[in-house]
Amino acid sequence: MILDWLLPVLISAALVLALAGAIKRVNLWRAGQPDSVNLIAGLMAMPRRYLVDLHHVVERDKYMSNTHVATAGGFVLSMLLIVLVHLFGLESRWLAWALLASSVLMFTGAVFVFRRRLNPPSRLSKGPWMRLPKSLLMFSASFFILTLPAAGILPEDFGGWVLALILLVGVAWGLSELVFGMTWGGPMKHAFAGALHLAFHRRPERFNGGRSTGLKPVDLQARVLGVEKPTDFKWNQLLGFDACVQCGKCEAMCPAFAAGQPLNPKKLIQDMVIGLAGGSDAKFAGSPYPGVELGHAVGGPGQTITEGLVNPDTLWSCTTCRACVEECPMMIEHVDAIVDMRRFLTMEKGNTPNKGAEVLENLIATDNPNGFDPGGRMNWAADQNLPLMSDVKEADVLFWVSDGAFDMRSQRILRAFVKVLKAAGVDFAVLGDEERDSGDVARRLGDDATFQSLAKRNIAVLNKYRFKRIVTTDPHAFHVLKNEYGDLGGHYEVLHHTTFINELVQLGRLQLDTFKGGTVTYHDPCYLGRYNGEYDSPRDLLKALGIELAEMERSGFRSRCCGGGGGAPITDIPGEHRIADMRMEDARAVGAELVAVGCQQCTAMLEGVVEPRPQIKDIAELVSEALIEGAPAARAAVAEEVLS
Amino acid sequence: MTSDLNIVALVSIGQHPKSGRARRAEQDARAVELGMRLAGDNVQVLHAGDAAEETLRQYAGMGLKSLRVLQQSPQADAVVALGDYLAEHRADVVLTGVRAESGESSGMAPYLLAEKLGWPLVTRIADIVSIENGEAQILQALPRGQRRAIQVRLPFVASVDMAAQVARQSAFGPGRRAELESLPWVETPDSERAQFKEAPARKRPKRLKKVKATTAAERFKAATAKSQGTGGRIIKDQPPTEQAQAIFDLLLEEGVLR
Repeated sequence: MILDWLLPVLISAALVLALAGAIKRVNLWRAGQPDSVNLIAGLMAMPRRYLVDLHHVVERDKYMSNTHVATAGGFVLSMLLIVLVHLFGLESRWLAWALLASSVLMFTGAVFVFRRRLNPPSRLSKGPWMRLPKSLLMFSASFFILTLPAAGILPEDFGGWVLALILLVGVAWGLSELVFGMTWGGPMKHAFAGALHLAFHRRPERFNGGRSTGLKPVDLQARVLGVEKPTDFKWNQLLGFDACVQCGKCEAMCPAFAAGQPLNPKKLIQDMVIGLAGGSDAKFAGSPYPGVELGHAVGGPGQTITEGLVNPDTLWSCTTCRACVEECPMMIEHVDAIVDMRRFLTMEKGNTPNKGAEVLENLIATDNPNGFDPGGRMNWAADQNLPLMSDVKEADVLFWVSDGAFDMRSQRILRAFVKVLKAAGVDFAVLGDEERDSGDVARRLGDDATFQSLAKRNIAVLNKYRFKRIVTTDPHAFHVLKNEYGDLGGHYEVLHHTTFINELVQLGRLQLDTFKGGTVTYHDPCYLGRYNGEYDSPRDLLKALGIELAEMERSGFRSRCCGGGGGAPITDIPGEHRIADMRMEDARAVGAELVAVGCQQCTAMLEGVVEPRPQIKDIAELVSEALIEGAPAARAAVAEEVLS
Repeated sequence: MTSDLNIVALVSIGQHPKSGRARRAEQDARAVELGMRLAGDNVQVLHAGDAAEETLRQYAGMGLKSLRVLQQSPQADAVVALGDYLAEHRADVVLTGVRAESGESSGMAPYLLAEKLGWPLVTRIADIVSIENGEAQILQALPRGQRRAIQVRLPFVASVDMAAQVARQSAFGPGRRAELESLPWVETPDSERAQFKEAPARKRPKRLKKVKATTAAERFKAATAKSQGTGGRIIKDQPPTEQAQAIFDLLLEEGVLR
């Protein structure tokens, strides 16, 4: 029969083509900048990263995780056995039966893929992805039938010419989609690039339950600062872009996309793929950037990204809330890429939109974003009698006040927190005028030079004094101090005020009345939750106040951004809605009369929503209102045994 | 517009009003901006002072390839050095700020330079509309957003007002890469200035506006309404004694005389 000699030829041809495609693809990635990755260790860790870490993310969608396990597992197994049975011609009933089983498994999975594609949600890309389930079915069915004779179920010459021809078409289709399509840029590319992406991930700390969210510092002596062309990315970032499955989970979570701003994380990653491989976005089969027509974006490895491929507005729409990264089943780092490109726009082009330039200039000249007198940093606490680090030199807790010191609304949060600290008898001090902006905004706006300058000076001040931990009411400063000062030599134990107050309550150092009021919901700040994994302390604290939370649909790791991160209120890219309004809708949907927050930025954004709306209060304010003061039992016992 | 023109922008080291930190001076940066819009990066930016001053890189970060510095010690008179340099090197347009943010801050530099070079001086310009056939069409900034159109023959000196196009963002990368060309230059000690003593300015007491408002709307109006200059009186034709009496009364009323 014709298939006896043609089948091995087809399989070998597919494998050779796949290899050629792989070499071509690898060379595209190698055009990127070097990054130190332990290749061997990465490859060794890859199966675990795939089967455990990645599976945890995919498992949030049970339907898809089961489907994927069946389809991908069935395919990998089938492919191995196909090589043994049909290419090397090993005549073993056992192998043939195993191949039958694996192709049935794959076929079953493919049926569910097919069903998902019958009425696909808008976040999924169409185009070649609509073909994929058919290819999967074709591949598994063809090889199932082909293997029947080898398993001894059917006679060798069963079916004759007609069936042989049909099977030939099926095999050719299946092999081209699933084998060399993998390295030539078809939908199956995600398997090839994805596996290597997991192995050579730029943030290996993310695996095994770890967390890595701090941005990487820029080498300020580099030839070009930030990313101008696709080849300015690290090679493993380029590899990461290629791993995208276009599932659109990022798109579904992106606050900027929902607000109609011209950003879609999925499209952005696909634009990066266009950039690294060359071409245009005419064939992109997913949702475009809101308000931007498809087909006009053109790019190539050596071309400036923001001239033709991606509009700068797209990059400035991002609030760096990390919802896309958290959701991505391929663990792609969208935010890193966006900030890398912003760095070029700010540090090389001097093109930060709207108030960006002014804010950066203020940060350089006055160490705060609004150009206030740096000598007025303690004016808010004129009546608070706060101990200054420059006087006391040593304290248990260093209270990092942050730029909230200059904002009247934030000052209420700061005062509330001071009241709590005093009630608990905490030994604390502040830096006063020696404190500077943490550098968060400068860094997210792409000005790493200013970030590094601020950070280094802050570190120099912090290193003058002795303290056990830093506590701050600002999650942005919290993140930067905790996760980003390390690269510049500042290593501290940093706590968010909700964590710290919760600790005080657990220790019995604070006595709290029960909260009297209506329905309360809690808004997770991105930089506290997704960036630092702190979801529990604020909730425990609210529980200690006797509050039964009405959780919003998007809460915890899926919390929706308030719109205030990443310098987004400064660059202020227009959209159809305001992100803060959408967030307030979430709160209204659960009938909340009060939104508890843990961030002055979120407070500002949410209070910017027009009335009538739920009230906004920081948890520090709620705690300070519920304090039963002068409860001596709570205060006296403490002095020694705490905070060590 | 006219890239064969030799446009020179003079820059000084500015000072932030709140922090007192050195920065690119706002008016000088506008002069550079205007120069760049006229001549691209062919504009020559000139500073008399120390080439090691990092603040100069904030000007360079606007996209300049190089910046020329006449090396001078802090005691030297920058105007003399700049004047000598400009007399030697052909320039068509010299742009300066109206007044420096640090140092003497007398606002005399453009006048002294124009006098020395024997060129016309146009003060407080908002824009140079065009330069054709050796003649420039200039918009001079007047109070309340008014503009006066002026024609002047090249070469000339112009001081750039805050009403001019705001300076573009300074980018770190180009600023770091730009060349600060240091030119050794004869120093003339500033004997006048050597006798000055500098002290922080005293804050002058400010009269508080008494607002008799009972509602938020009234307070808002009082806070935002433009002062109409009500209560003033024009005394033109009365006899001098009456005029003097009116001034005296006002001074009494304002508490200047007791």
